[in-house]
Amino acid sequence: MSTTQPTTPGRVPVIEKILSANDEVAARNRARLTARGIITINLMSSPGAGKTTLLLATIAALRGQQRIGVIEGDVASQIDADKIAAAETPVVQINTGGECHLDARMVDQALGALPLDELDLLFIENVGNLICPVGFDLGQAYKVGVLSVPEGHDKPYKYPAIFEAVDLVVVTKADLLPYLDFDLATFRQLVAGLNARAPVMPLSAKTGEGLESWLAWLAALPRP
Amino acid sequence: MHELPVTEDILRIVTDHAQRAGATHIKTIYLVIGDLTSFIDESIQFYFDILSPGTLAAGARLDFRRIPTRFRCRECRHEFTPEGRNWHCPQCGALGGEVIAGKEFFVESIEVE
Repeated sequence: MSTTQPTTPGRVPVIEKILSANDEVAARNRARLTARGIITINLMSSPGAGKTTLLLATIAALRGQQRIGVIEGDVASQIDADKIAAAETPVVQINTGGECHLDARMVDQALGALPLDELDLLFIENVGNLICPVGFDLGQAYKVGVLSVPEGHDKPYKYPAIFEAVDLVVVTKADLLPYLDFDLATFRQLVAGLNARAPVMPLSAKTGEGLESWLAWLAALPRP
Repeated sequence: MHELPVTEDILRIVTDHAQRAGATHIKTIYLVIGDLTSFIDESIQFYFDILSPGTLAAGARLDFRRIPTRFRCRECRHEFTPEGRNWHCPQCGALGGEVIAGKEFFVESIEVE
């Protein structure tokens, strides 16, 4: 049902981004975070890809070097925040109550509950979902896509938007590569086809294999 | 599910513009939605039907213009629409490309009276 754009009487041009209200709050979040020198990373993946496990391994590896804070987004429960808090890391749990992604307003509220003056790195673990979080700017400096080996190498065909939007793709559970049919070379080609700037980084947060690449990527991020 | 807050945003945008234009009723809302976004026409329509009664947009028709995803080949600059699992440039065969269309999501115009 394509429309032409005649200047009929009664036609009012609008041309306004529908997410502009979210984008304005995101811009405020970004200004607030960068003013404190905090590097903020929005982690997006399916449920169960291993975002929290990656965060716990990152917290353990950077203890004493980087002051990390975490915002956890889930539809329900406090499970992930409890794990992060047990690692003696400031954390705020957002429960979206059914909403499939975090938005900038939720992050704005969560920021008020974090000791921002005592943080170097802030991870926002989005609601597990490969689709909805992509369109909603939270005010992060970087977006990282996380895909686990059991999900399969064909996901960029099925969910192109997330792989196009991110600055880095972490492939978790790489210790399972010998046992599953995940074709890493094909996956790299598909991501590169969509997104020329995002490296693909396989690692296992469980065995620690490949974790050094992720830590090096984090260490190389310029402080705002 | 996430079309609910998005439809609230659409209603806010169109009623703002209609009021500024001195209109008393919105007849049609022209929306542009890229295929790479996660927004579904039927779902926006569903929430619109719930949210719009009692507003300037009550009874308005939603016009959805979908924008197909377009790649610009990084090798030969040819522009093409990927289809399913065929992401190869029809001109040179390279895989994928820079996304140049498909991420649109805006209110283009409204028809008022």
